[in-house]
Amino acid sequence: MDTAATSRDMLAVNGAEKSFGAVRALAGVDFVVRAGECVGLVGHNGAGKSTLVTLMTGGTKPDRGRILLDGQDATGSYGFAAAREHGLRCVFQELSLCPNLTVTENTRIAHRSISGLGWRRRAEQVIRQKLDEIFPGHGIDVGTTIASLSIAKRQMVEIATAFSESEAKVRLVILDEPTSSLDATLAGQLLAYVRKFVGAGGSVVVISHILGEILSAADRVVVMKDGKVVAERPASEFTVASLVAAMGSVVRERDAVRPARDQSGQTPVLAQTATGPEPAIGFVAYPGEIVGLAGLGGHGQTRTLIGLYRDQGGDWIARRDSKVAFVAGDRHVDGNLPLWSILKNLTLTLLPDLTRFGLVQHRAEAAVAQQWRARIEVRTQDLDNPILSLSGGNQQKVLFARALATRVPVVLMDDPMRGVDIGTKQEVYAILRSEADKGRTFVWYSTEMDEICQCDRVYVFREGRIVAELRGADIAESHILAASFAEQAA
Amino acid sequence: MRTLAAKPWFWSFVAAFGVWLATILFTGGASTIGVSQAALTFAAFSIIVGLGQMFVITLGPGNVDLSIPSTMTLAGTVALKVMETNDGLVLLGLILAVLVGLCIGVVNYGLIKLLRIPPIIATLSSSFIIQSTAIWYNRGIRIKPPATLIQFATGTTLGIPNVALVALLISVVIWVLLEKGIYGRRVSAIGQNMRAARLAGVPVDGTRFATYVLCAVLASLAGLLLSCFSGGAALNMGTEYLLSSIAVVVIGGTAVAGGSANVPGIWGGSLFLFLVVSMLNTYGASAGVRLLLTGIIIIGVILAASRRPLA
Amino acid sequence: MNWLTADRLRLLVPALSLAVLLGAVFYLQPRSMSYVGLNLLLNLAVPITLATIAQMLIMMVNDLDLSMGTFVSFVACVTATYLQTDPWLGVLILAVCIAAYAGMGVVIHLRNLPSIVVTLGMSFVWGGLAVLMLPTPGGTAPDWIRWLMTSKPPIVPMAIVASVLIAAITHWLVIRSAFGVVLRGVGGNERSVQRAGWSVIRAKALAYALAGLFAVLAGIALVGLTTSADANIALRYTLLSIAGVILGGGEFVGGRVSPIGAVIGALTLTLAASFLSFLRISPDWQIGAQGAILIVVLALRLLLNRREAREGRQ
Repeated sequence: MDTAATSRDMLAVNGAEKSFGAVRALAGVDFVVRAGECVGLVGHNGAGKSTLVTLMTGGTKPDRGRILLDGQDATGSYGFAAAREHGLRCVFQELSLCPNLTVTENTRIAHRSISGLGWRRRAEQVIRQKLDEIFPGHGIDVGTTIASLSIAKRQMVEIATAFSESEAKVRLVILDEPTSSLDATLAGQLLAYVRKFVGAGGSVVVISHILGEILSAADRVVVMKDGKVVAERPASEFTVASLVAAMGSVVRERDAVRPARDQSGQTPVLAQTATGPEPAIGFVAYPGEIVGLAGLGGHGQTRTLIGLYRDQGGDWIARRDSKVAFVAGDRHVDGNLPLWSILKNLTLTLLPDLTRFGLVQHRAEAAVAQQWRARIEVRTQDLDNPILSLSGGNQQKVLFARALATRVPVVLMDDPMRGVDIGTKQEVYAILRSEADKGRTFVWYSTEMDEICQCDRVYVFREGRIVAELRGADIAESHILAASFAEQAA
Repeated sequence: MRTLAAKPWFWSFVAAFGVWLATILFTGGASTIGVSQAALTFAAFSIIVGLGQMFVITLGPGNVDLSIPSTMTLAGTVALKVMETNDGLVLLGLILAVLVGLCIGVVNYGLIKLLRIPPIIATLSSSFIIQSTAIWYNRGIRIKPPATLIQFATGTTLGIPNVALVALLISVVIWVLLEKGIYGRRVSAIGQNMRAARLAGVPVDGTRFATYVLCAVLASLAGLLLSCFSGGAALNMGTEYLLSSIAVVVIGGTAVAGGSANVPGIWGGSLFLFLVVSMLNTYGASAGVRLLLTGIIIIGVILAASRRPLA
Repeated sequence: MNWLTADRLRLLVPALSLAVLLGAVFYLQPRSMSYVGLNLLLNLAVPITLATIAQMLIMMVNDLDLSMGTFVSFVACVTATYLQTDPWLGVLILAVCIAAYAGMGVVIHLRNLPSIVVTLGMSFVWGGLAVLMLPTPGGTAPDWIRWLMTSKPPIVPMAIVASVLIAAITHWLVIRSAFGVVLRGVGGNERSVQRAGWSVIRAKALAYALAGLFAVLAGIALVGLTTSADANIALRYTLLSIAGVILGGGEFVGGRVSPIGAVIGALTLTLAASFLSFLRISPDWQIGAQGAILIVVLALRLLLNRREAREGRQ
C-alpha cells in the first residue's frame, strides 16, 4: 500500500454524480488510478461501471464532481480529445475498428501522426511490434482486413491498437471485458502484458466478469454497486467468494420467497433445447409462470428472447393466434414508432384483432386503448398525442399495454424497466403478477436484482448460454452473482 | 386554418394553385378551362405511379422503385398488342396489364429478398430486363389501342378528363388502404422502425412484398392508360416518370426517410409539377429552364423538410 | 491457398469474367484481336471508366449518385462550348462544379439526407443547365482533348493505356495513400474514425469533390471521342457507373471498394455490348443482358460473402 499511496494519481474522479432521467447512474463516486498500478473494477448490472468508464474516456460530463489529471482539475475542458492527448486509451466491448480496412490501415486511423510517404511501413511496424509483444505467436497477418479475421483476432488487434504508440505515450488503458472472445492462453498472455505494462509505470483499469482474472491482474479492486463504490481493497485481500459477497447487498430481506412449483405434469408453452458444451440447460416456460433471465447484460439474454420470438414465424403473414408478444427494453431501437400517436403505438400488435376486411375498426381500437389507458394509468390528456410527448416511464407503459392487450399466452420482456421510475415499476409489477395468476407466462430478462427475485424460476446466462437454473428459495442474489461471474475463463 | 397549414400536403396545393393562377392570369383567363383540363390529364398519370412510389418510399430509407418506367412500357405494349385494336378484348387487356405488374412486383421483391441487395439496384437491374422484353415484344410496331379505349382515355365526363377520374378512384382506394387499412398502418410502422415493427408482430416481408407488387401494378395501369391516351405504346413513354414519380412524392410532403405518407400531397405535387411546366411554356421558357427549376424545387423541398426536426 | 485472401478473391471474379469475355469476343470475331480491333472494341471505355471511378468514390462513403449521367452530359456540353471557345471560363465553370459536389457531400452529411433523393434533384439541375447551354446537339471538342483521345500509342491502344493509368492512379489514391485510408474508414465505421479525432465532414467533402473531379474528366474524355456534345449524351452513365462498381467487387455500404475492380467492371460492361452484338443477339436484348449480368454477378457475390462469413466465424 505504501508504494501506491506515494505514487502520483494519474487520473482521479472526485465525487462524480450522473443521472439519466430518473436513473441515478453515479451517486458520488471517488475513483483513482495511479501511475504503475492496475485497478480491477467489478460490479453487477447497473452498478455504474460503464458510466464511470464513459466519464473517464471523455464521452460524457459529470453532473457534479471533478476529474483530475495528474492532480490538476481538468473537468471543464475534458473530452475525447483531452483524454486521448493525455495518453488515455480504451478498448470497448463493441468493435471499434473499421471492418473494411486492414490491420495496418486501422493503425493509421488510430494514429494521426503516421502519415506521409512510407506510412504503411511505419504503421505496420508499430502494430506488429505491439502484437508480438502482447500475444507472441499471434499468427495475425497485418495485411488482412478486419472483416476476414476471427472474432478473437479482432479483439487482439483492438487491444494491441490501444497499447500501440506513435508519438504520444500511452499512460492509461481501460480494458472493458477484454477477454470476452479470447481463450485461456490468450487471456493469460494479455494479463501477463498488463503486469509488464504496469511494471513499467503505466496504468490499467480492467473490467471483467471473470473474477479470477481480476484477482490475478489487479493490484487493487474497486467494487461498485448502485452508483457507489462499496468496497476498495488490495486484490490480495479479496477472494472470488468475498468479491461476490461484496457485490451483493449488505442486508436484504426477501419479502416472500415464492415456493418452487411442481411442474412435472405440465406441458411447456415455450421450449428451446440446449446447445453447446455441458452442462447444457434447455429453456422451458410453463403456463402462468414468470421466468427470469438473469446474468450480466449482453450475455445472450436479448438474443435468446428475439430467437424465441422469431421462432414463432410471422415474417410473411401475421398470425392471428400468435403465441408470443415482445416488450422492448431499448425503447428507441426496438419499441417506439416515433411518428405515431400513443393510440397507434398501443394497438399495433393487437391490430389483426381489430381489423375487419383489412380495415381497422377505429371505434373498437379507441375502446381498447381507453381501457388500457385506465388500467395501466398512462398519464396523458389525449391518446392522440404523439408517443414522444410522454415521459420515458409512460412510453414504457404503452409498450407493455401493446403486448398485454393481446391474447397471446407468452409475453417476452427485454429488460423493459430500464430507466423507469419506481412508482411506475410497482404498478407494472402488480399487473404482471395478476396476469400471471390468470395463466399468462412471462419471460423476463432483467438487469435488476429485485426484479429477478420476483420471478418463479430463473435462468442465469453467461457467455451466451444458460449456466444455472434457480427456483424457489434458491433465487437469491448470492446465487445469481456466483453464476454470473466465472472464476476462470472457460 | 392552422390545422390545415400543418398538414404536410398543404403547401403543395398552395404552390399548385399559385402557379395555376399565374398561368391563367398571363393569358387573361382565356385558357382557364384548357390549362385546368390539361393539368388534370397529365397529372393523372404521375398521380397513379406516384401513389405506388409513395408506399415504396414510405417503407423507409433505401426503398425506391426504379422499374416504374419500364413497367409502364411493357404493360402498355403487351396489353395493346393482345387487344389488337379489338374492342371486345378490352377486359383481357386490362387483366394482362395487371398481371404484368404482378409478375414484375414479385420479381422485384424476389431479387431484393433473395440477393439481399438494396431495392434501388434490384429494381434497376430488373428494369433493364423489362425494357428489353418490351422492345423485343413490340418489335418497333406501333399498335393502336382499341377505339373505345382511345375515346375513354382522351374523353371527359362533365368536363373532367376521364383519366383524372380514374386517378381519383384509385386515390380513394389508396387513401382507404393508407388511412383506414391495416396495410397502411403496417407500411408506416416499417418505415419508422423496421426492427420495432417486426417485434410488434408486423409481417415485414409480407408487407414489403405487397408494396412492391402494388407499386408495379399501379405503374402497369398508368402505362396502359398512357398508351391509350397517346394512341399507342412508345418505348420511351415511361422515361420521365422515373424522376417525376419520386419528385411528386417528395413535393407532396411524404417523408423521404419513410414512415409517413399522404395521398392528397401526391395530387398537389403532380398538379404543381405539371403546372410549372405549362406556366413556363406559356411564358415561353425553354426546356432547360423547366428542368432547372424542377431540380431546384425538389432540392428546396428536401432541404425545407429536413429543417423540421423529426418529432 | 493462403494468397487467395477474400480481397483477392473479390478481384479475381471480375478479372476472370473480363478475360472470359475477351476470349469469347476474340473467338467470335478473330479480326478484333488486333490494335485496330481492340481500339474499336474499347473505344468508349475511357469515359465510362472515369465515371465509374467517380461513382465508386461516392459509394465508398455509403452514398449513391443518381445524377452521374446528367452531370457527365453537362460537363460534355461545357467542354464542347466554353472550354473550346473561352478556356478560362470553361475551367472556372468546371471548378465550380467540383466545388458543388463537395458542397453536396457536406449538405447530405450535415442534414442526414438520403443521397438518392438529393442527387436525383441535382440531376434535374445539371440536365436543365445542359439543355440551356446546348439546346440542340452541337459544339466542338477542343483540339487538345481530341488529339489526346485519338492518339495512337505504340503497341497498345489508347483505351487500354488510359485504363491502366486510371486504375494505377486511383488505386494509389484510394487504397495506398494515407488519406485514402481515412476516406474508406468513413465508409467502414464512421464512429471510430470520428473517435480517433478525424473530421468526417471534411472526409466526405473530399470524397465528393474527388468524385466530381473524375466525373468532369469523364465528360471531357467523352467529348474528345465524340467531337460534339448534346444534353443527353451520357444519360446511361448513371446506371453503367453503378453497375461497373458492383461488377468490380464494390459494395453499396461499408466502404468496400476497389478502383482496379471498378476499372475492370467498366471495361467488362463496354465489352459486353460488343460481345452481344457479335453473338448476333438482337439489339433488343442488349440492355436486358446488362441487367441479367448485374443480377448474376450479385448472386455470385452473395455466395462469396457467405463463404467469407463462414471464414470469419472460425
